[in-house]
This record gives sequence, structure tokens and C-alpha cells, in this order.
Amino acid sequence: MIKVISANRALAEAVKLAKPQVIPVYPITPQTSISEYLASFVADGDLKAEYIRVESEHSAISAAVGASGTGVRTFTATSSQGLALMHEILFAAAGLRNPIVMGNANRALSAPLSIWNDQQDSISQRDSGWMQFFAENAQEALDFIIQAYKISENKDVLLPSMVCVDGFILTHTVEPVNIPHQEDVDKFLPTYQPKHAYLDPKDPMSLGTFTDPDYYMEARYDMEVAMEKAKDVIRKVNKEFEEVFGRKYDLVENYRCEDAEIILVAMGSICGTIKAVIDSLREKGEKVGLLKIIAFRPFPQEDIYQAVQNAQRIAVLDKNISFSIGGVLHNEIKAKMDVDASGFILGLGGRDVSPEDIINIIKETRNPTEPDKITWVGIKEEE
Amino acid sequence: MIEIRFHGRGGQGAVTAAEILAKAAFKDGKYCQAFPFFGPERKGAPVMAFTRIADDPIRRRYQVYNPDYVIVLDETILEAVDVLSGLKEKGKVLINSKNEIDFEKNIESYNIDATGIALDILGVPIVNTVMLGAFAGATNVVTADSIVDATKETFPGKIGEKNAKAVQFAYEKIKI
Repeated sequence: MIKVISANRALAEAVKLAKPQVIPVYPITPQTSISEYLASFVADGDLKAEYIRVESEHSAISAAVGASGTGVRTFTATSSQGLALMHEILFAAAGLRNPIVMGNANRALSAPLSIWNDQQDSISQRDSGWMQFFAENAQEALDFIIQAYKISENKDVLLPSMVCVDGFILTHTVEPVNIPHQEDVDKFLPTYQPKHAYLDPKDPMSLGTFTDPDYYMEARYDMEVAMEKAKDVIRKVNKEFEEVFGRKYDLVENYRCEDAEIILVAMGSICGTIKAVIDSLREKGEKVGLLKIIAFRPFPQEDIYQAVQNAQRIAVLDKNISFSIGGVLHNEIKAKMDVDASGFILGLGGRDVSPEDIINIIKETRNPTEPDKITWVGIKEEE
Repeated sequence: MIEIRFHGRGGQGAVTAAEILAKAAFKDGKYCQAFPFFGPERKGAPVMAFTRIADDPIRRRYQVYNPDYVIVLDETILEAVDVLSGLKEKGKVLINSKNEIDFEKNIESYNIDATGIALDILGVPIVNTVMLGAFAGATNVVTADSIVDATKETFPGKIGEKNAKAVQFAYEKIKI
């Protein structure tokens, strides 16, 4: 059924369809309506889950870790400062191999205090061992949640997933979204049956024990192997998803890249605006394409190289900043492959990105004033 | 692509109006998108909301800078906000006012006493659905039937019925 709803509503509908049994969540702008929708689903009996009203995000993720440790499907959601407060336990969740799925409404980090969108919050958790998927629109928010459970719960992966939706730009925008049938989701995503370690009073064990130097490195290495294996699992899950629901996904989305001289690389909602600009430039004969990064972790370096290798120039757009080195996506692409790429920092703290901004980025990329230059888009000069 | 900007004050239902308009356009077989001006909302403060309507999927994700239509829910906002900002040439303005407002030349404007209609039919001065009925009457962007359906969906039960009546009344009143 197609309904006109926001990405937050779409995300909550996806959670309902995935039937998690425990939902510990703490509200924060612009995630709040996710926690409200889920609370009402549970209160109305439409979702049979334990909804835990915790006192902070640190508690939310801690409760999720505990619940996931008993082998049940678990969901939480947060944003910005809330995700930062979870930082300590994010590493524990990944290290304990809890297949938790989280929705993150991407929002800037304080200070200066801002409730508006950028992607600094989730990017800053890139080393936690969580997979990260960035949605372009409300439909993807829904589709990625359902697929994230299947990917996270795969025995070769067993790592948590974060589905990232741009704050306000997606979370508070309504648009048509196709909500799948429960029977189809049940078939695609059956009840979670953990095969690894989980807490069961009939078969007692300890989780999260003290690990001496003889074992710690192996545990971390196993996570690296799992993250690498996740790439094939994601492709497999994407294919199964397409067979059931008809919508096709991959680690990256290649938009008019095949013969492109200039390729823009970006993540999240900005990709919609870029596609619209590319279509209008293509009509004028300009060969421009977009490589949309859906999976930021695991990092799809092979897919990126495959797409950009024949382009003359590359522009990487970052809604984040790692001070003194530039945008994180720009740096990772530069680190992993031998390509020249211009970097652009934009849209921080909710600064709107217009089609003119994208056109200017393409101009700068075509004739760069210096190689690998990093440009702050639309920055105001000091008066 | 048609872009519509709503001006109102916090609590008057501008955001809900933008969403009902999007839902109505979808019922008419169009693609749609609606969103508030991002940020905190305070009762009484000037607010904006936006609707986009198109025959193809809508991918653009930036603010509406050049609306085709402006809908003003509160006349007093004219003192605080330039409601014509960025309005396209031949753009149209629909305003809640008892009086005809003298905008710049070349701007087609419609006025309707939405507050009066809302007080009569709804018993409260909440004008968002009245203004949508008037918008359907003044333009061919969306059908009145779809506005009525989307209104009833948004407000189930008696409140929806009353609002639907208000939509219909405003539509008939202003129909071209």
C-alpha cells in the first residue's frame, strides 16, 4: 500500500513489520516521532514488543545490548548528542556481536548547538564496528531497516546496523512510500533464531567477560573479517529483497556514471538533488554522473573504484568534517584508491544545498584550481 | 513541478495544510512532497510550510525558493514577512482576509474570509482546511474531492466531517 508519510513514519512502519521484541528508546529532535510512533504501535497492540522508556540514550543502547544478549530482535533510535552519548556502548554492542538495528536521524553535533542536519554524528561513530546505511528518501529508510535485520543477523556478520536518515530533510518530509505486506516481510525476514552465544537460564553462560591479551586481538580480527564478509551478505540480501519487493539496491548506486567525465560521490538525501541537476546537465550534453554511497560501513572500495576509475574528474561531497584533514568520505576514497578527487564540505548544521551549489561544485571539479583541493561550499567571508 | 508555500503562525495548522495538500495531490494521481520550514515551532510565531506536486517522482531536497503559489493563513503576517519573496512571475497569492489586498501589479491574488467560515462551521478560528478548499477553487492544481478525502483521513470522525464541510463551502465560494 502506498501512503504519503514522513521518513520517520516509514522507519517506524519498517520496525513494526520487522517485529522486534524489545525497543528501548529515548526521544531527541529530529528522531522524536520515531519513538512516538513505536510507542503508539505498542500501546495499540499492533506491535508486540517490550517498549522500555529509559532515562538516557546511554541506557537505551545498554538495554538494547542486554535484550539482544538474550537472543531477541531489538531496535532503538537516536540522533546527534544521543548517538554521541551512546558512543561507549556502541563499541560494546559491536564487540558482543549483537545484531541490533538502530535508526539515526542525522543531525549536527554541538557546539554551536544545532538541531539541523548534517552527518557528523554517525560519521563520528565509523570505527565502532557498526554497519552504516544512508537513505536518500523515505522509501529507502523503510527498505533499509528491513534489510538491515537480515544482514546483521546473518551468522557470517553478527554486527549491528545503523540506518541513517537526514534530519528534517527526510525525517519531517512526507512523500509517497510503498509499505510492504506483513506476509511478505515475514517470509523475507523470519523470526530471529540466534545460533551463537546468547543468554538462556537453561544453559547458563557469561557474555562480555574480561579478555586478556591472549584473546583480545582475535576478537577484534573476527569483527574485521565479519565486516568484510558483510559486503557479500548485503549483495545477497539486496537480491532477495528485490525478488520479493521489486526494489533494487546495492552497496552503492551508480547514477549515469557509465560514460561520465565528472562523477560526484555523495551520501543521503543530497543525492536526490544531485540526480535532478545531473538530468538537466545531461540534456545540455554534459557528461556528469553520481555515485551514491549506500553502505558507508562496510566501506565498498571495490564498487567505488569500479564506478569512478574511468572518470576524468571526481568530486566527493561530505556533510562532515575531520578537522585539518577534510571530509571523511573524501579522505577514505583518497586513502583506498589512486585517484585525484576534489573535496567539498557542505550542508553542515542544516545549511541548505541548492542546485546552484551543485553546479558550482561541478564547475570547480572540472577545472580545479589545485589538485585534491578541499572547498567549503557557500562559506561566508568574515566582515 | 508546482511549488506552494504556506505562511501562517505557529498553531494555525500550516504544516498540516501542506501535508493534506500533498496527500490530496497524490489522490489525484500526482507525485508529492511536503515539509515544514525546518526547526523548532512556537505558537504564534511566523511559520512556513511547503508542498511540491509533479507528474514525475520528486527528488529535489532543497527549500522552495520560487513558489508558484503562496497561501497566507493569517493577514497580520504581512507586517512581519515578505510573503511575495521569490514568487514566480504570474504566481498567485491566496490570503485569508475579509478585504481585497493590494499586492504588486501582475500578481493575481484571491482573498477569502476563512476565519469567518471556520468560526461558522468549525466553531474555532483554525483556517487551514478552509484555505485548502479555497485553493482548490481558485486553481486547478488539486481537486476539491481529493482535499475533502485527505482532510477526512487526517482528522477522523466528527472533526473530519466538519472540516470537510468547511472545505466544500470555501471551494464553492471561490470557484472560478
